Amino acid sequence: MNEKQPDTQIEEAPPERKFPVWQSLAWILVIGLLVILALGLIRAQKGPVGVGEIAPEFTLTTFDGEEIQTIDHSGQVIVVNFWASWCKPCEQEAADLETAWRYYQSRGDVIFLGVDYVDTQTPALAYLEKFDITYPNGPDLRTRISQDFRISGVPETYFIDRDGRLAYIKIGPFQTLDQILGIIDPLLSE
Amino acid sequence: MKTSHRILYTSLIITIIIALSFTATSAQEPTRQPSDNEVNAVAKQLYCPVCENIPLDVCPTQACAQWRGLIREKLSLGWTDEQIKTYFVEQYGDRVLAEPPPRGLNWLVYIIPPVLFAVGIFILYRAFVVWRQPATQIETSAKPDPAAPDAEYIKRIEEELQRRQ
Repeated sequence: MNEKQPDTQIEEAPPERKFPVWQSLAWILVIGLLVILALGLIRAQKGPVGVGEIAPEFTLTTFDGEEIQTIDHSGQVIVVNFWASWCKPCEQEAADLETAWRYYQSRGDVIFLGVDYVDTQTPALAYLEKFDITYPNGPDLRTRISQDFRISGVPETYFIDRDGRLAYIKIGPFQTLDQILGIIDPLLSE
Repeated sequence: MKTSHRILYTSLIITIIIALSFTATSAQEPTRQPSDNEVNAVAKQLYCPVCENIPLDVCPTQACAQWRGLIREKLSLGWTDEQIKTYFVEQYGDRVLAEPPPRGLNWLVYIIPPVLFAVGIFILYRAFVVWRQPATQIETSAKPDPAAPDAEYIKRIEEELQRRQ
């Protein structure tokens, strides 16, 4: 007896899904763009360097041509003041910063650095002369230092402790000399 | 040599020396005062990092005024536009330029738009081809399919019509 063979259906294999090269490239391009955009946004959203973080190292070329590297001053308290000659609030604190510098200068374990942000040299030098500022000052060439510190404007002052960590950030001008001394003294006694 | 000749030669030499020294001095001094238009022509190619997205020629802040003053000073010294822009880049970084220089990641600014445009054109072309395909297939398969129920129905109608004639 012949057994009736069941109708066999030949199942066709599903066609291989083609994924053209140009589509792959387009996706890579889109994803790459999104990554770059995201990184840019993350960087833009970041605030200033945080307290407790290792402070950015930098080299300041002063208006006199002297090169000062912060790494050479490890173990000292470093006060980094961002200012500009066109910045009116900077003038409020200029004299107090200079007084504080002269107060600590003889100790040798505190250094003040003035970083002139997006400024022109002639008015900047006039500003330094006007307030009789003697601590090292120099332009923020290519705005590298301000970008490293991610400053939001001027004046801003960063206090770096003996271990090279940011101990305090002052956004805006100091109102009194005591405010400045009140930040530096505890750092020296650590 | 006569005394009068000696005096004449001496005077001539002194005059030449004075003239030469005057020329040398004036070469180092500002040659002319550039106009506001000349200053703004350079300024509009630059952006102040403090006032984002505002070209330097229309930026109202004191910082920008100082920068325009600096441009005027450089122009009066005979600097070209390119020299001034290079100076500003060295001082303040690439971001002062209205058009970023083509290097590093900046290349993306120049590459991405034409690439995206080309990709867009290609996608449109592909879509156009796909949209055209069904219409073509209908045209090429216009023969009636005898197996189709419609064909059978039409055949019967035609037979009926012939019978009635």
